[in-house]
Amino acid sequence: MTTEESVRADLKSRVTALLDTHDPRSTDRLEFLRAQFDAGLAWVHYPEGLGGLGLARSHQSYVTELLSAAGAPDNNPRRIGIGLGMAAPTILAYGTAEQQHRFLRPLWTGEEVWCQLFSEPGAGSDLAAVATRAVRDGDTWIVNGQKVWTSQAHLARWGILLARTDPDVPKHRGMSYFICDMQDPGVEVRPLRQITGEAEFNEVFLSEARIPDTQRLGAEGEGWRVANATLMNERVAIGGNAAPRESGMIGITAQTWRDRPEVRRPEYHDQLMSLWVESELARLSGTRLRQKLAAGQPGPEGSGMKLTFARLSQQISGMQLQLLGGEGLRYSDWTMTRPDLVDMTGRDAGYRYLRAKGNSIEGGTSEILRNIIAERVLGLEPEPRFDKDQPWKDIPR
Amino acid sequence: MTDANLLYTDVETALRESVRALLSDQCPAERVADCYDGDSALATRLWRPLAADLGLAGLLVPEERGGAGASAREAAVVLEELGRACAPVPFLTSAVIATRVLLGTVENGLLSQLAEGQRTAALAVPLATSPHEYSPTVQESGDGALTGQISGVAGALEADVLLVPARRGGELALHALDVDSVTVTPVVSLDMTRQLADLDLNGATGRRILNGGTETVLSQALELGTALLASEQLGLAQWCLDATVAYLGERIQFGRTVGGFQALKHRLADLYVRIEAARTAARYAAGTEADRDPDRHVAALMASTYCSETAVAAAEECVQLHGGIGMTWEHPAHLYLKRAQADQLALGSPQVIRRRLGDLVDLPMPTSS
Repeated sequence: MTTEESVRADLKSRVTALLDTHDPRSTDRLEFLRAQFDAGLAWVHYPEGLGGLGLARSHQSYVTELLSAAGAPDNNPRRIGIGLGMAAPTILAYGTAEQQHRFLRPLWTGEEVWCQLFSEPGAGSDLAAVATRAVRDGDTWIVNGQKVWTSQAHLARWGILLARTDPDVPKHRGMSYFICDMQDPGVEVRPLRQITGEAEFNEVFLSEARIPDTQRLGAEGEGWRVANATLMNERVAIGGNAAPRESGMIGITAQTWRDRPEVRRPEYHDQLMSLWVESELARLSGTRLRQKLAAGQPGPEGSGMKLTFARLSQQISGMQLQLLGGEGLRYSDWTMTRPDLVDMTGRDAGYRYLRAKGNSIEGGTSEILRNIIAERVLGLEPEPRFDKDQPWKDIPR
Repeated sequence: MTDANLLYTDVETALRESVRALLSDQCPAERVADCYDGDSALATRLWRPLAADLGLAGLLVPEERGGAGASAREAAVVLEELGRACAPVPFLTSAVIATRVLLGTVENGLLSQLAEGQRTAALAVPLATSPHEYSPTVQESGDGALTGQISGVAGALEADVLLVPARRGGELALHALDVDSVTVTPVVSLDMTRQLADLDLNGATGRRILNGGTETVLSQALELGTALLASEQLGLAQWCLDATVAYLGERIQFGRTVGGFQALKHRLADLYVRIEAARTAARYAAGTEADRDPDRHVAALMASTYCSETAVAAAEECVQLHGGIGMTWEHPAHLYLKRAQADQLALGSPQVIRRRLGDLVDLPMPTSS
C-alpha cells in the first residue's frame, strides 16, 4: 500500500469511528461538530489536539467527502470565513498553547464568530498607518480608535485587532496584534451602509475598550508581522477552491443568453465570448495554482488571480445590465438590511453590478496588487517611501 | 475536463533547455532580422539541427511510424521556445500541421522522411484559413492534373513536398506534389520569419494520398495548429515581457529607473497577469490534445483567441515601453511585433474563433436580430 493509500485508509477508519459514536441523524449539530473537531477531522493539516492530525491540507477534501456522503452537518464555512481563513491560521502560527486551546474549537464549530479589525478611515492601502491606540495599564490594554469595513462585526464574539502600541518608532515597528472581545462595553458596532443600499459592513468604535494582555498574539511591536500572516492566508483563501465551468458571474450571463433569445444581439456576442474565455481561464488558472502548490512550487499567482477576478466580475456584471436593456433599469430593493452572508452572484443585475465595484477595493486594491506584482514578481523598483524610517507620530496624517 | 496537467513535466523542461541552448547559440536576433533583407541563410541553417539532430520533426509521429512518439505537450514546449527566439523555421507548418495531415492517411514513407528531417512538407492552404472555414481553390481534372491558385501559404518556401487539397466533382481529395511541379512565388510578408508564398498549379500532377474524409483530416490538422500556435504566442509574449522588464529596470530618467514609475509598472503587472492566463490556456490546449480529452476542441479555440491577443498586446507594449529604441530596426522588438500580428491572423482571427467557440459551448451568435 502506498503512503497515500494508507493515509486514506486511516482517515476512513477515523471517520467511521466518528460516525459510529455520533450518528448524524440523531446527534445534535453542534455536538457532532465538536466531536469531529476532537477526532482531528476538522482540518487535518492542523496539529493533533487542535482539530487536526498533522497531515497535508490536501487530505481534508477526502474527509469532507466521506462525511458529507454520510449526511453529516458542516460548520457553515461561508458564515465563519474570517475565523477559518484569517483568525485561525494566525492563532495557530502566533498563539500560545492556551490561546490555541481556548479559541480554535469554538471558532471552527461556528459557536463563536470572528471579525477583523484592521482597516481604519486613515489606514486603507497603507494599513501600517493604523492610528487606533492601545496603551498598557498593568495586565490590561486600554484601546481607543475607529475601525471600518468590518464585516460580521455585529455577529462576532471576537475580533482580530491591529493597534498602535508605540507611536515613537517607525510605523511598521510600533503595532501589536490583539484578540478583542466584541462584547466589551467599550466596543460599539454601527452599520456602514454601502452603494447597494444594504449594510454588509460595519464601523467599530473603540472607546476605552479593555483587552487583557493574555489576548495579545505575538510579541509587543510584532503586530505587522502577525498581520501579514493573516493577510497571506486571505489571499490563499481567495484562490483556494475548485469550481465547475461557468461558476460565478459568467454563468449567470451565459444562462441569460441561452434562456432568453430576445436579449441576444450580435453586437454583444464577441464581448460575451471574450469574457467567457477569460472566466474559464481564470478558473483553470486556479486549478494550475493548486497543481503548483501540490507539486511544492508555491508561486506569486494569488495576487494576479484576485486582480483578474475583480476585473471580470465588474465587466461581466456591467455587460449583464446592457444585455437586459430596460429591465436593467429596475432595482430589487434599496431597503437598508444587514445580511449575514454576502452573495456576490445573488439578487439582481443592478445589485451585482454595484457590489462588484467593491471587488477591486476590498482585500487589497487592484492598484496595490499591481505594485506588489511589479515589485515582488517582476523585480521593478519599489515605490518611494518617505515615511518608512520616520517615527509614526511625525508622519503627516 | 480539468484533469490535464497544466504544469511542465521534467521531460518537457529538459526538452525546453536543449531547444533554448541551440537557439541561443545559433539564432541570434541580428540574424533573424536578415530575413527581412532577403537573406534566408539562417532559416536553412537552423532547421536541420532542430529537425534531425534534436529530433523535433518527429515528435508528433508515433514510434511505429518512424517518429519519437511524443505528444502535443512536448511540441507545445518546442513552440514556446521557437516563439521566444522568433525562429524562422517550418516546425509549425511541417512538423505539426503537415505531419498531422499525413497521420490521417496511410502514407508512411513520406511521414517517416518528415519525422527524420530528411524532407519538409507544407499543407497548401492559406495561412489565414480557420480550421472550420476552409474552401478549396484547386480543381482536379479527369486525368488527375491539378489546376488553381492558392495564395498566402506558409511553409511552402521551405518545403520539398506540398500537400494540396483539390476538388474533383463534389469530392475533396488530397495530393502530395513535389514542390518543383508547382510555381511558388515568394510573397513580401508582414512577418518574414514565416514568409508566405503564392502557389500556382497549372496542370501539375502528384499522388493522391487521401480520398474520403479529407475535410475532417484538414480540420483536425488545422485545429491542432491553432492549439499549438498558442504556445508559440505564449513564448513570444514571454520574451516581450522579459525584455521590457529588463530594459525598464536599467533605463534611468528623472533620476530613477523608469520601471519604478507606476504608469509603467502597472502596465507590466497587467501584462504579467495576462501572460500567466495565456500559459494556462496554452497548457490546457496541449494537455487536452495529448490526452484526447473531449474538451480539446473548446481548449484549442480558447487558447487560440486568448494567446493571439496576448502576444499582440505584449509585442505592442514591448515597443511602446522601450520608447524610441523600440521603434528601431536595430532592436529586435519589431521582429516580435510582426510575428505576433501575423500569428494573430493565422488560422483564424480571434473574432472568427470566438464565434466558432460560441457554437461549441451553446452560446450561439444570433442568426437574426
